[in-house]
Amino acid sequence: MKLSVDDVRHVARLAALRLSPEEENAFRGQLEDVLGAMSELATLPTAAVPAMCYVQGDGGATRADVVQGELGLEKALQNAPARVGSHFAVPKIIE
Amino acid sequence: MNCTALSLTQLSGRLAEKALSSVEATEACLRRVEQVDPKVKSFIRVDRDGALRAAQASDARRAAGKTVGVLDGVPVALKDMLLTEGLETTAGSKILRGFIPPYDATVVRLLREAGAPILGKLNQDEFAMGSSTESSAFGPTHNPWDLSRTPGGSSGGSAAAVAAQLCFGALGTDTGGSIRQPAAMTNTVGVKPTYGRVSRYGVIAYASSFDQVGPITRTVADAAAMLQVLARHDARDATSHRVDAPDYSQGLEGGVRGLRIGVPKEYFGDGLDSEVGEAVQRAAKVFEKLGATLTDISLPHTRYALATYYVLAPAEASSNLARYDGIRYGHRAQGIKSLKDLYATTRSEGFGPEVKRRIMLGTYALSAGYYDAYYRKAQQVRTLVQRDFQSAFQNVDVVLSPTSPVPAFRLGEKTQSPLAMYLMDVLTLPCNLAGLPGVSVPCGFTRGGLPMGLQLLGRPFDEAGLLQAARAFEREHDFSSRWPPLTRDARADC
Repeated sequence: MKLSVDDVRHVARLAALRLSPEEENAFRGQLEDVLGAMSELATLPTAAVPAMCYVQGDGGATRADVVQGELGLEKALQNAPARVGSHFAVPKIIE
Repeated sequence: MNCTALSLTQLSGRLAEKALSSVEATEACLRRVEQVDPKVKSFIRVDRDGALRAAQASDARRAAGKTVGVLDGVPVALKDMLLTEGLETTAGSKILRGFIPPYDATVVRLLREAGAPILGKLNQDEFAMGSSTESSAFGPTHNPWDLSRTPGGSSGGSAAAVAAQLCFGALGTDTGGSIRQPAAMTNTVGVKPTYGRVSRYGVIAYASSFDQVGPITRTVADAAAMLQVLARHDARDATSHRVDAPDYSQGLEGGVRGLRIGVPKEYFGDGLDSEVGEAVQRAAKVFEKLGATLTDISLPHTRYALATYYVLAPAEASSNLARYDGIRYGHRAQGIKSLKDLYATTRSEGFGPEVKRRIMLGTYALSAGYYDAYYRKAQQVRTLVQRDFQSAFQNVDVVLSPTSPVPAFRLGEKTQSPLAMYLMDVLTLPCNLAGLPGVSVPCGFTRGGLPMGLQLLGRPFDEAGLLQAARAFEREHDFSSRWPPLTRDARADC
């Protein structure tokens, strides 16, 4: 498994991470190593094997769709790094 | 006397006899934290006032004859993955510095309702991503048995605090071994419950199809007492099961006569420290002497478990950690003009190297062109790993293995090689892939004096069977009454 610095930058962009050149280099080698170790999976025939999503079947997942335990505005906003009135503040998104 | 050397259940008994008050026990823990923790660094936040208030309330309940159970008045501490209303919670990450949760995790609420004073929050690998507690933004925790070594991870703060007598029990989380592996490295008992046994509501998410909360304690009976409080259905967690929990303490002394124990050959291969291997083989003989039968078994897909886990867990993490965007809580980069820049700069400033690495790995595995080869493939292999266990459990009741392939390693020894660190989970993560319960119980010390642990895995929801087997083994030894040398220097009379 060979990775280029461009591959690393592409994945970083998808992950919304900005990496320094040192990080790009380090991750390139480390991700190559780890993905190389994972390529062992490809040797295993699995065509007829179902993919597992839930490890304990469907469990007790369902309940009535009733709103409960709302936080309330102040609690929901108490950790906001920036707020405007009753809203979370974000940088301008429309030019 | 040094009351912090009591086990959780012993303390509970002393409180019931009114030989000791909860305030006295809590103050003793707080004093020990002051004396010992500058060396161990297990706590990242101490809640002195909150703990003492809860202790006073517990003493008042007891005086009024209204105690609420075994944990009432027993001081405990929590891994920083668990949300605590009003008390900063960071998951060991810079990105959550200053985050004050607006609500309690269900497990925290249950402990509070059970009357346990909460001493504070314990160190961990950042977002539970690590096997040594070294990736914490707060610096590493040191192993009380040898301060130059790690306590394991990611719940290393929880294990170290229990081993150093700083609290009577702690909660950890286990995604790939993060309760059991540090327990093995610190001479403590760690329980990873069946997936779905304990609520994940209010537990900071790392890999949601794996994460479980469980206790780290000094004895098996202590673990049973804590699990009793935690194991219940929670409508706020869609993966929480409705299976009723039995009384975990009731059958604890029932022994192992007739128990069928499987010993998987794949867990005794390359990379296993010889002293650990020998200790677990000796332990197997002890079980046999106690009336259990030993059977050699094979779990053939074990060799694929590490790769499967390190595709699926980072993939889930890359999705879960997308929420850290600098908008609603946590760190926010300053002086940024565009939303995209805000996301990227905030995350790059806030996450440490291992978290970035796993987000990158997971994003890669989920990205166009690689999804089928990595993510879907790993989901299929996960099915095969689970089938191995299902087939084994047709012939045996419990699977016995080492917990960690090696005893506690030195700080810094593995931080330069992600793969070397990932291998520390190789014997614990198959259990998480299959959603099974697992227990680590002390099984001796190396010639150099480092603790070792054995792992027992069971059928889904058979925590009671595992605890009973672990107790049968524990009873044959004095490991749980041995303490790290540094505990002798501290005085915390009460």
